Amino acid sequence: MLQPPTLPTNYTVKPGQIKTSTGKTLRTEEMIINMGPQHPSTHGVLRLEIVVDGEIIVDCIPHIGYLHRCFEKHCEHMTNYQQVIPYADRMDYCSAMTNEWAFALAMERMLKIEVPERVEYIRVIMAELQRIASHLIAIGTFGIDSGAFTPFLYAFIDREKILDLFEMTCGARLLYNYIWIGGVSHDLPPKFIEQAKDFIKYFRPRIKMMNDLLSYNEIFVKRTANVGVLPREVAINYAVSGPQLRGSGVNWDLRRDDPYSIYHKLQWEPQIGKGEMGTVGDCWDRHIVRMREMEQSLNIIEQALDSLPEGNVKAAIPKRIRPDKDAEIYVRTEASRGELGFYIVSDGTASPFRVKARGPAFVNLSVLPEIAKGAMIADLVLIAGSIDIVLGEVDR
Amino acid sequence: MEIVQTLLANEILVSVLLSLIPLVFVVVYALIVLYTEMKIAAHIQDRVAYMRTGWHGTLQPIADMIKLLQKEDIIPAQADKLLFRLAPFIAFAGTYAAYAVLPFSSMYIGSNINLGAFFLVAVGSLVVVGILMAGWASNNKWSLFGGIRSAAQMVSYEIPIALAIVIAVMISGSLNLQEVTKFQDGGISNWIVFGGPLPLNQKLMLLPFTLLTFLIMFVASIAEVNRTPFDLPEAESELVQGFNTEYSGMRFAMFYLSEYANLFTVSAVVVALFLGGWSSPFENFMTGPVWGIFWFVAKAYAFVLLQIWIRWTLPRLRVDQLMYVSWKVLTPWLFFCLLAVGLILVI
Repeated sequence: MLQPPTLPTNYTVKPGQIKTSTGKTLRTEEMIINMGPQHPSTHGVLRLEIVVDGEIIVDCIPHIGYLHRCFEKHCEHMTNYQQVIPYADRMDYCSAMTNEWAFALAMERMLKIEVPERVEYIRVIMAELQRIASHLIAIGTFGIDSGAFTPFLYAFIDREKILDLFEMTCGARLLYNYIWIGGVSHDLPPKFIEQAKDFIKYFRPRIKMMNDLLSYNEIFVKRTANVGVLPREVAINYAVSGPQLRGSGVNWDLRRDDPYSIYHKLQWEPQIGKGEMGTVGDCWDRHIVRMREMEQSLNIIEQALDSLPEGNVKAAIPKRIRPDKDAEIYVRTEASRGELGFYIVSDGTASPFRVKARGPAFVNLSVLPEIAKGAMIADLVLIAGSIDIVLGEVDR
Repeated sequence: MEIVQTLLANEILVSVLLSLIPLVFVVVYALIVLYTEMKIAAHIQDRVAYMRTGWHGTLQPIADMIKLLQKEDIIPAQADKLLFRLAPFIAFAGTYAAYAVLPFSSMYIGSNINLGAFFLVAVGSLVVVGILMAGWASNNKWSLFGGIRSAAQMVSYEIPIALAIVIAVMISGSLNLQEVTKFQDGGISNWIVFGGPLPLNQKLMLLPFTLLTFLIMFVASIAEVNRTPFDLPEAESELVQGFNTEYSGMRFAMFYLSEYANLFTVSAVVVALFLGGWSSPFENFMTGPVWGIFWFVAKAYAFVLLQIWIRWTLPRLRVDQLMYVSWKVLTPWLFFCLLAVGLILVI
């Protein structure tokens, strides 16, 4: 068993340290509890087997696989590459646009397809809107985990407006099948730009309101600061990515460090946790990184909307995509939850020989046992919430 | 008519009838507060809540109650059946017993005993027994956590509440809640929260301490009824539903009723001790026994609404922080207030 990390906690009683008045160590027994898969705050069907001493967690073992749908095997049995895209949507269903973009990008690099510039702009707008929608879920459910129910509904009202934008673009609200290999399925509808700008105008004050209501709330800060500290080195060792890595103070964002699409043309800043309320890498840092990333996403969308070029929305691609035999590619993108990569191997037929997805939520979840030890049950809920897992992608 | 007269002449029957009045009140009040809580929560959250049953969903609480009555009464196979059955009623009995000493009006108090304030503290602890029983008997680890948390929390927060009651009693000079209320009669300036009807210089000296005591009493009373930000025993995101996870149907409804009844009790105690109970805030305006009921219920209800507002705004504390608030913040400050009030009264 790993040693409990030295957390800056202020609990005075450590497991097995309770002394009676005569000086004997009180015999206490540890209790094993199943948290999930039907627990309100495991964000789906995660099962955590936790060993507790009173309220303090001695050990925490995540069990996954309750939502396993054979994503990778299914991909090999699709009749063509295009059919994988709706299925990729279903991996991280809170952030479907970024999934399909990652797969489409991988195929385009494999086939060396140049997509029209308008497509790149549309994709960036969609992905950043999706990032805001996904972060809103993370923030809202994090609020519920900490006991505040109201921010959750505020977040969902705002998310609803983004979904309205998606709906008018492609007709779907959750799983879009919008970004195709070589382009997007439809051009933007006539009033999209206007409505997207309205949304940006509406959403900026809402971020401030959320911060006032939740992020800087005294109780919320007390609950999340110094809790679940993920040190920089541990984060890197576990290959954690996305807002969780940046929350630990690592300035790493694939949109800037391994640029794809048009991100290098736009002005924005990756946000990192600075330990303002406690230690660098605590739950509060991860939360505030998401809050600030939403503002950055708004900046990106604003610039992309202003400089959206005219043009075609589909590149000329063969009707049946047959990559070269033994062609292989790994492409990584910055999805809402971190590094989403697709490794695709072709055998020259119309369906992939092998697809391997590197999902951020799965990798990020692996760090949970490491940082949950020594915390309390109430903290564990918050730590799991701040990791922001989507079980659809963890299990795939 | 003769039957009625003979019935009314029967003392036991009359006292039974009189003691049933609060029960009717509790049930009606619970339905109203259930509705208002849902509506307030919804409007805080930009929703509309019930709209279908009756005008703006006014019949929904009744429909909910009928639904709960019809539900299957499930007892887990491995549960301690006797304790499991008994627990909700003990919790409710503890809550309801407190209504005996609440002075609803100058003419109506269930039992005008001289140890009213003391009685409140005593029966308030009975609720803990019920919750602990429920947590233990359910044979569910989450319920057990809820029960243990609840016991620790209520025991801790009874101390600030008892100390605050002592301060109010010191100023008014009586443990009888009816006497305490009478002491504060005659306008808003006579309320204990503003120093009571004492000479002006003494009043001004008492004012900061009574205000502080009042605030602490209010915070502690929220913790006493297990509501956000102190709702750890039934913390949904942590303990599923806490001690009442395994309960369904009427037994669950009893816990629910007990929670809402308790909400009113603690508010009523704060009102009776610090805010003049049934006395009108304006010297001779709308006074008398009937208006007394109105003032008492209205004041207590205002506090219930305040608690609802707090519940839907704030996050929840952690167990150790909860204990910290009680033992290291509220209790020391109250001891300080106790000392100061005592000194001022002696001087």
